Amino acid sequence: MALQSLDIERRSATTTQPPDQRQPLKVAKLIDISKCIGCKACQSACMEWNDLREAVGTNTGTYDNPRDLSENSWTVMKFFEVEPDGKLEWLIRKDGCMHCADPGCLKACPSPGAIVQYSNGIVDFHEENCIGCGYCVTGCPFNVPRISKKDGKAYKCTLCSDRVSVGLEPACIKTCPTGALVFGSKEDMIDHAEERIADLKERGYQKAGLYDPPGVGGTHVMYVLQHADRPELYGLPNDPKISPWVSVWKGATKPLALIVLGLAALGSFFHYVKVGPNEVEEDQKERT
Amino acid sequence: MNKDNLIERYEASDRINHWLVAITFILLALSGLALFHPSMFFLTNLFGGGPWTRILHPFIGLVMFVAFAGLAMRFWRHNVLDKKDEQWLKQWEDVINNREDKLPEVGRYNAGQKVLFWVMVGCLAVLLVSGIVIWRPYFTPAFNITVVRIAVLLHAIAAFLLILGIIVHIYAAIWVKGSVRAMMRGYVTPAWAKKHHPAWYKEVTSSRGRQ
Repeated sequence: MALQSLDIERRSATTTQPPDQRQPLKVAKLIDISKCIGCKACQSACMEWNDLREAVGTNTGTYDNPRDLSENSWTVMKFFEVEPDGKLEWLIRKDGCMHCADPGCLKACPSPGAIVQYSNGIVDFHEENCIGCGYCVTGCPFNVPRISKKDGKAYKCTLCSDRVSVGLEPACIKTCPTGALVFGSKEDMIDHAEERIADLKERGYQKAGLYDPPGVGGTHVMYVLQHADRPELYGLPNDPKISPWVSVWKGATKPLALIVLGLAALGSFFHYVKVGPNEVEEDQKERT
Repeated sequence: MNKDNLIERYEASDRINHWLVAITFILLALSGLALFHPSMFFLTNLFGGGPWTRILHPFIGLVMFVAFAGLAMRFWRHNVLDKKDEQWLKQWEDVINNREDKLPEVGRYNAGQKVLFWVMVGCLAVLLVSGIVIWRPYFTPAFNITVVRIAVLLHAIAAFLLILGIIVHIYAAIWVKGSVRAMMRGYVTPAWAKKHHPAWYKEVTSSRGRQ
């Protein structure tokens, strides 16, 4: 962590402002789906850098391997065969944590410091503080965190926060052979995406666009989609936001509930002070 | 004090059952509040840290539910609300100002106790069902994410109502002298019964007379 511990925008289950004096650049990963060839080099690089090994799974009749994200697979290529305009398209999306600006996982987490959002935008799990309750899974609008069967802790993509903190790009970016994955400041990535979108529009993808959903405050992992009007083609939620159930559960209601409990105890005490105990007089007589 | 005059209110098994519920409630309230709000997280220290708090809470919850079910089976018949209870609740100002003589005759339980009983029954049922839905790693994966989200919210609401109810319950026991002894040792004095539960007193003494 070192200097990174100075740059924390938000910390789970913490009601005061964490150290956030310095203002580092906001970073972002841009995934250009139109350039992805589904080679899974990013998956391999992720496993290699993070020392993760997925157990050999079973073939489910698709190219998806492994089938889904897990505590050992923080990024997974998902393959979609669709016919959006009557002609077959093979869309390949690199799935993983979106690093929301307004992270539902962090909002839901009850353990102080188990989830932090660095000032550069990366949302990171600190497993040593994780209690394994799975509330992050409940809070996430993208179904990303996974609870380990081995240690009961939650795991997901760190956006290689360790590499980024020393000026390197994430492992998946480093290895991508087609340039489908790029990394830089969020501003630069949006500029780059706009160039790509203009190019795609020239090639006939009139609805090409950037996936940076405003419902979660924007994300630090963004997609260039050929069909940005239909993110569901790629298995992405149309308008992701923190579920209203989670917002009510984790919003102002909790401190209010604590105040009501405190007032009930305090009110009882002052009732005793004012009205006094309800005693049986004959009992007193009997005792004397 | 003449011990022969004392009236039994709770037999030993009632008392053991009640205190089993009480002890598990305290453990559950402390471990639950620890995860309820960051300001209460320090309570995890009482249970051996965050992960242990998370692991223990649902198991203690099962014990409380089973014990409470026993208590509810014992007492539910005495807690059915009737017309007199409605009048009692309307006169809540007389209740909190120790003017019991103005209230309608109370049986084994007063309307406040009865309402609390049913609130607890409802809360325990909601806590059990929602608690199972959010119990990781065993049951949660079997449920749809929306169901899990509703369950965590319901669990928190039911827990809040239960704790609020128990604060009232504990205070009432401190306020009405003789109640704690009734649940600890099982007996009350005739004067206590006559003052707080006159209809129950008549019932008990008349049956005694017949013996």
